[in-house]
Amino acid sequence: MNKLMIWYGELLTQKHLIKRGALFLSPGMLWLIIFIVLPGLILILVSFAGRGAYGEIVWEYSLDNYKQLMGYGIFGWTADYIIILLRSVWVAIVTTGIAVVLSYPLCFFIARKPERTRYMWLTLVIIPFWTNMVIRTYSWFLILAPELPFAKLAAWLKIISPGMALYPSAFAVYLGMISMFLPFVVLPLFSSIERLDWTLVEAAQDLYSSNIRIFIHAILPQTLPGLSVGIILTFVPAMGMFVVPDLLGGAKYMLVGNLIQQQFGASRDWAFGAAISMGLMVLTMFSLYLYRKKNKDMNLL
Amino acid sequence: MKKINLLVSVIAYGIMAFLYLPLIAVAFFSVNNTKYGLAWKGFTLDWYIKLFHNEMILQAGLNTLILAIVSTIVATILGTALAIGMDRFPWPKKMNTVLDLILHLPVVIPDIILAAALVVAFGFLRSVSSLFEPGLFNMIIGHITFQVAFVTLVVRSRLISIGKDIEEAARDLYATTSYLLWKITLPLLMPGIIAGAMLAFTLSLDDFVISFFTAGPQSVTLPLYIFAAVRRVVTPEIHALSTLVLLATILLVFGMERFTRKMNTK
Repeated sequence: MNKLMIWYGELLTQKHLIKRGALFLSPGMLWLIIFIVLPGLILILVSFAGRGAYGEIVWEYSLDNYKQLMGYGIFGWTADYIIILLRSVWVAIVTTGIAVVLSYPLCFFIARKPERTRYMWLTLVIIPFWTNMVIRTYSWFLILAPELPFAKLAAWLKIISPGMALYPSAFAVYLGMISMFLPFVVLPLFSSIERLDWTLVEAAQDLYSSNIRIFIHAILPQTLPGLSVGIILTFVPAMGMFVVPDLLGGAKYMLVGNLIQQQFGASRDWAFGAAISMGLMVLTMFSLYLYRKKNKDMNLL
Repeated sequence: MKKINLLVSVIAYGIMAFLYLPLIAVAFFSVNNTKYGLAWKGFTLDWYIKLFHNEMILQAGLNTLILAIVSTIVATILGTALAIGMDRFPWPKKMNTVLDLILHLPVVIPDIILAAALVVAFGFLRSVSSLFEPGLFNMIIGHITFQVAFVTLVVRSRLISIGKDIEEAARDLYATTSYLLWKITLPLLMPGIIAGAMLAFTLSLDDFVISFFTAGPQSVTLPLYIFAAVRRVVTPEIHALSTLVLLATILLVFGMERFTRKMNTK
């Protein structure tokens, strides 16, 4: 420890260097440990506790919260919570999938623009990316309002009764989610598409490959890094999203985010809320794991 | 190929309409001269004038700014020090892995789980000190927690790209530690620090979930105000407020874009 050493032009003891390093490291690290690592551990503990009559935490170890999440309640078994959990996964998958499908054409379109206007187009995608999600969500109220042509068209097609708005509904939730997360896919994907080696595409064309095969063999592998970032940036927050389903889905299309928010808000059952959070966390980790595993296979192909 | 090009253009314009139509509608109805309904009744700026006479909205605007500024300053200082501490010292490999893992926690955890964890933690801290009652103080702590990670990541990538050569040269010329820090490392790092701070500021303005879980009755911010308002009834006043927030966002985005492009050309 007290041996002298040279560290980038400075002669000092190792002890001295470590001390100085700890000085830089500790404030930020302590902050993260106190306000995210420890709270996370407490959340895990609380998920095994119970709820008192006034919403306080009762420290009795039990698996009741997890049983409740699996649907076992005082009135027997219900599938309500499981449906909400599965629905959240489903909504996240659909949102991510549609966002990816829409992102490719948009990225090609922007990449082909001359440099001067390309940045303008890119900025047009960045602005919604940074706009507050409450504003972006409630703005759909206006588009889906009964006075506007979209709701009138739906009423004419007998999908909804006349004079009704298109929200709250599952359809509105999907609209809101896709528009919310589209920029999250476009921006990372674009950074990959911008650097695309088009000679490979030309080679494939010269060899008479179909458009689908060009995409799968010449374009997709090259854009995989950006696409992966986009998928993860969309999928993880989409599963925990609660603003969009709260405003556009109401009670008709609840997701796990709403369920957690309810426990910490109106129901005041922190222990159950903690257990649902753990459920969401496990689902998130599991899907990331699956995605990584599948991606490895894709690299092998 | 021509057919595909046309299809791509149509989809691209369609997506742009999809992204912007709702926002344009908000701006459009913010100057509509009627309190109820969506029929066009003529141009007015009354709703904007009313905003500036609404005590609650002014207070919410002030809270939003205080929250963003204070949390950004603290997060930038903590994040810069953390980035230097992680990149410039010979930590053993295992420790680096752990540090990296902790650093990425706020980035990968869904924000609603971070919010839930903070609510529970503040619940316990409240029994120690009444400082941790739901309110602006808790919100600032919550915002710093996710901002620190992003600032550190941005500053660290700058640290890696400037390399250690200049610092080593300064040491060879007998620079002291404090001289090295203030006259060499920090000036070289400045673009990264500013970029990190701008990112942190925007993240704070953009956040809803963390604020929603940790706020008290006295610490309503603009996103919280808008959320509570639109759950009851949507008024043109809210449209006007949202339009102003949107304009501020656009200005911030243009500012960030110009700054990063200037840095890249340098």
